[in-house]
Amino acid sequence: MADSKLIVTPAPHIRGNIDTPSLMRDVVIALLPACLAGVYFFGGKALISLVAGVAGCVGAEFVFERMSKKPVTIGDWSAVVTGLLIAMVLPPHVPAWIVVLSGVFAIGIVKLLFGGLGYNVFNPALAGRAFATAAWSALAATGYIWPASAQGAAWARGIDAVTSATPLTLLKMGEIGGTSMSRFYMPLFLGNVAGSLGETSALALLIGAVYLLWRTHISLRIPMSYIITVAVVTALYGQDPLFHVLSGGLILGAFFMATDYVTSPINAKGQVIFGIGCGVLTALIRLFGGYPEGVAYSILIMNAAVPMIDRFARPKRFGEVKARA
Amino acid sequence: MSSPLQAFTNGIYKENPTFRLLLGMCPTIAASMAVSNGIGMGLAATFVLMGSNLIISLLRSVIPSEIRIPCYIVVIATFVTIVDLVMNAFLPQLHAVLGVFVPLIVVNCIILARAEAFASKNGPGASIMDGLGMGIGFTLALIVLSAIREPLATGVVLAAADFGFDGIRLFPQRYAMAIVNQPVGGFITLGLAIGAVNLITAKKKNKGSRGAQGGAGK
Repeated sequence: MADSKLIVTPAPHIRGNIDTPSLMRDVVIALLPACLAGVYFFGGKALISLVAGVAGCVGAEFVFERMSKKPVTIGDWSAVVTGLLIAMVLPPHVPAWIVVLSGVFAIGIVKLLFGGLGYNVFNPALAGRAFATAAWSALAATGYIWPASAQGAAWARGIDAVTSATPLTLLKMGEIGGTSMSRFYMPLFLGNVAGSLGETSALALLIGAVYLLWRTHISLRIPMSYIITVAVVTALYGQDPLFHVLSGGLILGAFFMATDYVTSPINAKGQVIFGIGCGVLTALIRLFGGYPEGVAYSILIMNAAVPMIDRFARPKRFGEVKARA
Repeated sequence: MSSPLQAFTNGIYKENPTFRLLLGMCPTIAASMAVSNGIGMGLAATFVLMGSNLIISLLRSVIPSEIRIPCYIVVIATFVTIVDLVMNAFLPQLHAVLGVFVPLIVVNCIILARAEAFASKNGPGASIMDGLGMGIGFTLALIVLSAIREPLATGVVLAAADFGFDGIRLFPQRYAMAIVNQPVGGFITLGLAIGAVNLITAKKKNKGSRGAQGGAGK
């Protein structure tokens, strides 16, 4: 932060040596395992997607900040993080120009027009994805493929036409789910399934999440309350909770996007409320909504609710008593 | 209070109903999906504005102020009915696309605002020019917005079904952004356009008063 001289909390303060670039670099490092897993499963097209996402975001940040004669902040790595995340939440075989334009939208409209890093209301990467899927829905939907090493048709039980559907889409269409789902746990955990570029491999994502936790950049409050809520709600509805936790973008969203400092509540109580809200919305969209997956939209919806949550979860001042009616 | 010429130019830029007064947002979003829709809606509103401003200005000493709004609405609704029937007869495709937004011109706040703020206080000459200026300002704003939205959303510009014109294709359909045709895209386009207009206005002002700390550039 440039104006770190402004200190608003009461003393004492501990000064750390964490600044925005080092934090964002750590997030990039934490995302790398999942990116590599995406490239491993989906091939060179995934690499092009990742490069396109980063190029679109960093390029847009540079051009727009130059145009508005503001200091250029591409050095803080936050645009790189947004770029990687956009590529990771879009299908692997989506055309590269869609990834670039989503990045331009995410940075130009969602981040910079709201005032830049620290002021954006919505997570830029998720808003970029929402933009891409709403703008070019047909192209975005056909971008899902099965890794060459996986037997997509085996999942679909002989129905060839749905090989580009993700596990959650198959579940929604009733192709799977009639019998025990435990045979799907391993491929879902490793990432050997169809899905967005960076969301399939729970293992790789968890490695990155452990790194962020070890560096104390994130806490477990939002991810855990989010994931547990999804598991509980889906279990109550009689579906396999572990399948729901491992599939789709839940782990990516819970650890890397719902925990975004800017768009999540400030204190612990608010963060738990935020996580539970995301979880309930995700489960509701998956179980009853029109879309097979709801992680992106539920986090965006809860982003909008963050100011209200912060208001409710405000800690009591010392000596404060409840006002009597 | 103002000359007819001033009343006319006022509506086009300085008090442009869409970009400066932010009136009539609902028809703006609905009618700016194609340039032909924008022109149609803009001209329809212009006709209603001129007619209602003229009649209300003539009747301004007769209408009791307690029930002025119902009186204005009756006058406006008369002209809207004329536009609705004429459009249905001669431009049926446009009428079908604009649908409910044609009768809804009755409650378009530009028209009521001009009746209340201008026609009820000024003579018929100035009022009719105010209606013309506001109407053309509204039409120009719709043309600007739809000229951005139509090609982005469909890849085609200037399509007009009533004249059997399919428009000029700028790029293939598969690159078109469907979201721009939805209200979301309309509001984003409108927001960016208002930002651009504010930027131009601020730049003009800065040029006028040099030395003043320019807080513009947002």
